[in-house]
Amino acid sequence: MMAVSPDPVAATCPLPLAETERVLLGHGSGGQLMAELLAELGPRMGAPTVEDAALVTTGTPQVVMSTDAFVVTPRFFPGGDIGSLAVHGTVNDLAMRGAAPLALSVAFIVEESLPLDELRRVTSSIARAARACGVPVVTGDTKVVGRGAADGLYVTTTGIGVSLPGAEPSATRGRPGDVVLLSGPIGLHGVTILGTREGLGFDSELVSDCRPLHRLVAAMIAAAGPAVHVLRDPTRGGLASALNELAAASAVGVVVEEDAVPVPAQVAAACDLLGLDPLHVANEGCLVAFVAPDRAEEVLAVMRGLDEGAQATRIGTVVAGHPGRVVMRTLVGSTRVVDMLVGEQLPRIC
Amino acid sequence: MRYLDEYRDPVLARRLIGRIRAAATRPWSIMEVCGGQTHTIVRQGIDELLPVRMIHGPGCPVCVTPLETIDRALAIAARSEVIFTSFGDMLRVPGSTTDLLSAKARGADVRVVYSPLDAVRLAVANPGRQVVFFAVGFETTAPANAMSVLKAAAQHVPNYSILVSHVLVPPAMVAIMESASVDAFLAAGHVCAVMGWREYEPLAARYRVPIVVTGFEPLDLLEGILMAVCQLEEGRHTVENQYARAVRRTGNLPAQAAVRRVFRVSDQVWRGIGPIPASGLVLAPEFAAYDAGLRFGVAGTGAREHPGCIAGQILRGTKTPPECPAYRSLCTPRRPLGAPMVSAEGTCAAFYNAGRPAGQERS
Repeated sequence: MMAVSPDPVAATCPLPLAETERVLLGHGSGGQLMAELLAELGPRMGAPTVEDAALVTTGTPQVVMSTDAFVVTPRFFPGGDIGSLAVHGTVNDLAMRGAAPLALSVAFIVEESLPLDELRRVTSSIARAARACGVPVVTGDTKVVGRGAADGLYVTTTGIGVSLPGAEPSATRGRPGDVVLLSGPIGLHGVTILGTREGLGFDSELVSDCRPLHRLVAAMIAAAGPAVHVLRDPTRGGLASALNELAAASAVGVVVEEDAVPVPAQVAAACDLLGLDPLHVANEGCLVAFVAPDRAEEVLAVMRGLDEGAQATRIGTVVAGHPGRVVMRTLVGSTRVVDMLVGEQLPRIC
Repeated sequence: MRYLDEYRDPVLARRLIGRIRAAATRPWSIMEVCGGQTHTIVRQGIDELLPVRMIHGPGCPVCVTPLETIDRALAIAARSEVIFTSFGDMLRVPGSTTDLLSAKARGADVRVVYSPLDAVRLAVANPGRQVVFFAVGFETTAPANAMSVLKAAAQHVPNYSILVSHVLVPPAMVAIMESASVDAFLAAGHVCAVMGWREYEPLAARYRVPIVVTGFEPLDLLEGILMAVCQLEEGRHTVENQYARAVRRTGNLPAQAAVRRVFRVSDQVWRGIGPIPASGLVLAPEFAAYDAGLRFGVAGTGAREHPGCIAGQILRGTKTPPECPAYRSLCTPRRPLGAPMVSAEGTCAAFYNAGRPAGQERS
């Protein structure tokens, strides 16, 4: 929809472009366009949009539910495939509300002519990933559409879980003074997908960070319970979009130290070449947490004790000033605002 | 990849900032020509820490590509037989009525490639389609674009063509030296990696301005600024090379030869700035068969810029984005009124992405 502006410049000449009434790829990027789309669509269904997963019952333990669709291309990439990604994605969304996964459903949309063997491989991968997470796949659905009506294979997973004792993480619980923790290096998934796609010819050993985070979350909650205020896995839109969403949902500011954010050298180099910002590149195996300051060291130590948190580090602080904004202290000692991704960066990364 | 750490070291950066502060006795005006440099400066907040005034130059090829050329690209992309290929940041640049990304959403076959040679490969793989590459850029992209034409000619790929909008840096610097008060220039390191810096030597002498060939990392820029400040303080005006790890005085001779073979220098209109003599490249007559403009016979469409856009003043360095009434209100990367708000190298996008507020200039 075109915004109507009272500005005389706009009044004399209609906006020349950009907005069509059609869906753009950027609407699925996890950035600002997507946030605006969800802000419009969510309320139509009465569904809130600030959390990765929803609490469906009150009382103890709470039942938590989440769903996610996967359209990644290529379907097989270093470090995972569309099947393992679909399991980990939903397990992680449940974990970000402090829930242990109980059961998953899986739905396939398959394009006519997909090699059956590929479907078998994806199904086996789903089974393997679910087993490794300790969560059963209890139901599913398969639809086949005509050639050209879908691109190979799309997978949707839905998960239910139960909240861990003492777990209260929510996007809205960030408090000034909280310490911002990051469980591992950023950008690996997005850059790996990009490098695997035809035509780029990266000769790199990058591997996606795709992995489940529910054990890491369980350890963090066991250590500090409700002092773990906020959990979020920065998938599409990257760390920048996740921090902006959390700052907005909690009405707090976030200050990040640029030299504290772990960006693997290969990710930084690929981003430089392609003009991408690592802060906007997708991750599938790390989380960001806002933790009460008196418990932060303890939580960090617990995280570092697990493989998926071995490189956990403190990257910043939650502040009362500039609510809704994320500010980075740059390498040279200046500051800048970190914004959400605008439009599309890399389509179909998950 | 050690280069990233070496040229982004916070301790060295702060030391260089201290040396610039100690050396500068006046608020010298220094223009960084290249949009990539602008982004590093604004992203790191370097301009806010220094006692000199950084002026952001016209070095964003996407920004200076004429509106008529974008309209022409849109007309070609709309044809059903065409696969229109481009670097990603051209897709959101506004033409008169729409942009390539919106054309794609409406069904045009618009694809992002990372090299024009990929576009040639696409043409080979799709003999029944016309593959057009949008050849924009400075001297940096001209060699690869020239190579794509040479490759298409050598392999007899009849369904490949390029829509050319190439611009050259030195003539634009002359135009700025003639009209704006800039005390020193940071020349674009990657342009000089191709072209060398011999053509800058007469400019430095004639206009009595220091020109420092400079790289793109934070430490490169700080060192380049320091070298420019030292020349100004000492009353010197020569071409110096900060970017010694990548640039030689003569540049890359084979790359220059490929460009000379495929292109001819021509007058060129710069979006927002106007015509600059001998500041562009067009296909040489012997390669006219690869000219997409000729092949598809698309003419200018009476292009009109948005009246609220001050891109010309931004590109000449006479105004900064926060001084534009449309900045952050009418004009955002989502709804850009002009090209500098779009490209990864555009000054307005650099300011927007670094969260610089409207209505003030803090440098």
